[in-house]
Amino acid sequence: MTTTADRPDTAEVGQSRLRKEDRRLLTGRTRWTDNLELPGMVHLALVRSPVANATITGIDTTEAAAAPGVVGVWTGEDLPEQGAMPIAWTVSDNLKVPSLMPLAVGTVKHVGDVVAVVAATSKDAADDAAGMVDVSYDELLVVMDPIAALEADSPLVHPELGTNVCATWGMDSVALGTGGDVEEAIRAAEADPDQVVIRRTLRQNRITPAFVEPRSIVVDPTAEQVTMWSATQVPHILRILLAMTQPVDEHELRVIAPDVGGGFGGKLQATREEALVLLIALRLQLPVKYTETRMESMQSAHHARDQVQRLTLAARKDGTITAFDVDLVADMGAYLGILTAGIPLLGGFMFNGIYKIPAYRFFCTDVFTNKVMTDAYRGAGKPEATFGIERMMDELAVELGLDPIEVRRRNWINPDEFPYATVAGLTYDSGNYDQATDRALELFDYDGLRAEQARRRESNDPVQLGIGVCTFVELSGLAPSRVLGSLNYGSGGWEHASIRMLPTGKVEVAAGTTPHGQGHATAFAQLVSDELGIPFEDITLISGDTATVPRGMDTYGSRSLVVGGMAIVGAARRVVEKARPLAAHLLEADPNDLEYDRGTFTVRGTDTSKTIPEIALAMWLAHDLPDGMEACLDSESTFDPENFSYPTGTHLAAVEVDTETGKVTLRDYVCVQDVGVLVNPMIVDGQVHGGLTQGIGQAMYEEIRYSEDGQLTSGSLADYLVPHAPDVPRYRTDTTVTHATTNTLGVKAVGETGTTAAPPAIVNGVLDALRPLGVTDITMPTTPLKVWSAIQAARSEKGGAS
Amino acid sequence: MRPVAFDYVAPTTVEEVVQALSDGGEDATVISGGQSLLPVLRMRMADPSLLVDLRRVDSLREIRDDGDNLVIGARATHRQVSTDPLVRQHAGLIAKTAGSIGDPQIRYRGTIGGSLAHADPAGDMGAAVLALNGSLELTGPRGSRTVAGGDFFVDYFTTAREPGEVVTAVRIPKHDGWGSHYEKFTVVVQAWAVVAVAAAVRVEGGQVAEARIGLTNMGTTPLRAAAAEQALVGVAAADTDALRAAAATAGEGTNPPDDPSGTPEYRRHLAGVLAGRAVVKAVEAVA
Ligand SMILES: Cc1cc2nc3c(=O)[nH]c(=O)nc-3n(C[C@H](O)[C@H](O)[C@H](O)COP(=O)(O)OP(=O)(O)OC[C@H]3O[C@@H](n4cnc5c(N)ncnc54)[C@H](O)[C@@H]3O)c2cc1C
Repeated sequence: MTTTADRPDTAEVGQSRLRKEDRRLLTGRTRWTDNLELPGMVHLALVRSPVANATITGIDTTEAAAAPGVVGVWTGEDLPEQGAMPIAWTVSDNLKVPSLMPLAVGTVKHVGDVVAVVAATSKDAADDAAGMVDVSYDELLVVMDPIAALEADSPLVHPELGTNVCATWGMDSVALGTGGDVEEAIRAAEADPDQVVIRRTLRQNRITPAFVEPRSIVVDPTAEQVTMWSATQVPHILRILLAMTQPVDEHELRVIAPDVGGGFGGKLQATREEALVLLIALRLQLPVKYTETRMESMQSAHHARDQVQRLTLAARKDGTITAFDVDLVADMGAYLGILTAGIPLLGGFMFNGIYKIPAYRFFCTDVFTNKVMTDAYRGAGKPEATFGIERMMDELAVELGLDPIEVRRRNWINPDEFPYATVAGLTYDSGNYDQATDRALELFDYDGLRAEQARRRESNDPVQLGIGVCTFVELSGLAPSRVLGSLNYGSGGWEHASIRMLPTGKVEVAAGTTPHGQGHATAFAQLVSDELGIPFEDITLISGDTATVPRGMDTYGSRSLVVGGMAIVGAARRVVEKARPLAAHLLEADPNDLEYDRGTFTVRGTDTSKTIPEIALAMWLAHDLPDGMEACLDSESTFDPENFSYPTGTHLAAVEVDTETGKVTLRDYVCVQDVGVLVNPMIVDGQVHGGLTQGIGQAMYEEIRYSEDGQLTSGSLADYLVPHAPDVPRYRTDTTVTHATTNTLGVKAVGETGTTAAPPAIVNGVLDALRPLGVTDITMPTTPLKVWSAIQAARSEKGGAS
Repeated sequence: MRPVAFDYVAPTTVEEVVQALSDGGEDATVISGGQSLLPVLRMRMADPSLLVDLRRVDSLREIRDDGDNLVIGARATHRQVSTDPLVRQHAGLIAKTAGSIGDPQIRYRGTIGGSLAHADPAGDMGAAVLALNGSLELTGPRGSRTVAGGDFFVDYFTTAREPGEVVTAVRIPKHDGWGSHYEKFTVVVQAWAVVAVAAAVRVEGGQVAEARIGLTNMGTTPLRAAAAEQALVGVAAADTDALRAAAATAGEGTNPPDDPSGTPEYRRHLAGVLAGRAVVKAVEAVA
């Protein structure tokens, strides 16, 4: 049994504890959904549309139904009980919501739409039979490009909606009362010889979260509650959404996210596959399993980004920004997922970045095309915004002949200006951009690299060096419930946790945020250890199960620590408050005479004390409690943040561009982040490394491509290239710490910083290398072919001009 | 997905393999390392009724010195080929090329015979075998024959191999004293070549005496860049600019594929650049 002697004598917070969960996660000896086997379980195979827009003229299931092992075959017509898939964010009054049925009825809208489902006694039998389902399609014209979709004569993805415009949404500094009128400011700048106006159209490539574990679902309808295991980030939200849309009530459904192999937003969804497994299990009253293949994942799991950004930046010739106007066209794909329509809006709050901008406007047009829906992916709207502003800051620097760092410095919020009310209506609590930038410049040897760059330019070196800069802030820690309410978001943003004190002195932490690789079990144990003086090893995490963790808002938007962690700390502090009267009783002292320090109550001025484990045991025995005391030390807490979390930092990329082949090589990458107080520096580094690699992926390699007729041409990991370890440099990271003032731990979010900052840093670097050759823009991913072609085009233009 | 059901045999001699293939008829297929075949089966792009596995035919793994030639068993893995002392000594280009294929897992399973028989124009080994004037040994119901590399590759995924024939070995003339290099250009490290160039040079009296250049992914089959080879002869080995200039024509006259990694124009340009780099490194590698 734990005694005072076992009390950890150094604080856990701040230590790079190895992750408790890694042994089982890294060896795969764990409960991935697809590892689950239940008695009598049947397996599903889905028949998916090979065409992008069509009327279904017939489905013949006779041969499939008669195939060996087949238990049933259903089409959309055969499942009248199916309900339309939910959306969770009604972004605007003019939002148009197309019907998305788990099984298509009558029409298909993208390659991968589900038209039939086969259940069989084995996965093989189901796959075989699915190949026998004969579907006839009457193909319709498709629209694949969001700008083309806005043209008057464009084919309509959903003719019944009468338009391809899904929604429009805007904000501006006049209405917000945060600044001046953008149009006026730009007009004034145009008329002012001391100002410049820069207009650019930038593109966000379509990408996919590419989680390692494909989505997998098992539903067991054979008990008091129907149990669904799903490789999801959001078991709690999923339960509510399925109960609201499918023939099962909330109290009848239990959802479990066992260990989940990555999500990155890609598993922040209520999917038709989840609904279908549920529907078929209810029909058959048997356990049912479905696990997608990678190819199915590519053509059905939501994609991300895919925006056209039309940006106008006005500034004085000394570099100070006078106005910024953002006009977005965002590609929704064919349907709306739970947050699809709102993802671009999140960027609206971030296009101003870390800068003081006196006039700002954001307008977004959400558009339907015949592609897979887009939705959240690590950063969700904010990487798009950061890309926009940070690319523009470099354009401004070039226009004015200023150093890109200097132009940023002249605009960013100074350390003494926090808390700072931004032009987009947020209040940044803390930060010190000078400190992080100065540290990054020093680590990077900025001046040395600039000198090398000059040498290479002068000698016409076939390998040119570029320096890419990104200074960023991120809106994380979703979210203050009131703010969500004001945005018509369909839920609150609070988080819940409970702490269960076990009689042997051990602790179970039940947390409403559910991990899929982040290291919650480790970081949360560190938090609780410091609060309750319980050794790290004696604390375990329970999560991802609506039965054992009844309340939760799950994991996304870098909320697990800054929101979920605060709920845990709140619950731990309640344990202490509940323990205090019993400690006083046992110590025969006045509760007010007790001092508490990490797990031990001491009578002031004496050495008599009781530890939390001792009190937990006494509480459990309940032999000697004060009159009227409830025999329970367990506590819960719900935390609703008052503000978002604003991690910031400075990223510097040194890129080499081989002008003969177009190949871009990342030679060095330095990033200095301010993520507030570090609970576990190793986990912070891991989050940064992973995020950077994904951001580098978007910038240099990854792209979902469709042909003009709507075929997905990057449907496997052989065509959709993600970076491997040797493709990225050994990152050099450091942190500066300004305490968050929005929570008592002083922590800020970290999960999305890499995907946010890396793309503009890299593209800025590539352009910095190539501008002397006449290259002015390049879209992501910066593949060798694209870079080489851009150089060729610039050369022939130069040649033509001379 | 899992493959469609098939029968499976794993004989121990080449004769039994040939017999099994002829018994199995048209739908019988050889499996060697399975690194190309299994993905095809799992995507159900093929549904052979019988797989004849070479894994127990020990003789097919041998790498031996045959006088003027090196004979590499078809079942030798990329890993084995890339590390074998005989191959490294007498056909360095083949060893280097084998070491560039896929990743370590692929190299431990994939085989030289499988690579060549599969005849993917983006596959690496074909260009190296062509460059070194290698040939393939085949055995079928009508006995054994040897086919020159240049005749073996016919078209996209198509070779001169007759139904029922099995590739038993690759025969490579020894290139002792030659320098070689395989210059592979990929978008990410572990990916198929956008374009690659296999180069081998012999230097005599400070000049290139002979040059061999093979091209990967520049057409429907691996190719030789004959004009560039000619242009290199007589170029001073120390003059890297001249070597590069002579090799720059390597892509001319080719008809390479058009895909998101490269247009034909880009690939032709790349072939020239990569050939220059490969030749310079090959010259540096001359013993
Ligand atoms: C992820 C991945 C990455 C890869 N990257 C590369 C790369 O960068 N470069 C590259 O060159 N290759 C690459 N490969 C392919 C790899 O090199 C394979 O090893 C090779 O293509 C096939 O060899 P195998 O022994 O595996 O043949 P198998 O897959 O067993 O067979 C391939 C085909 O050849 C036939 N065959 C095999 N052996 C014989 C024989 N002896 N006689 C007659 N027919 C035969 C089979 O019937 C089949 O049609 C990659 C493969 C994978 C899975």
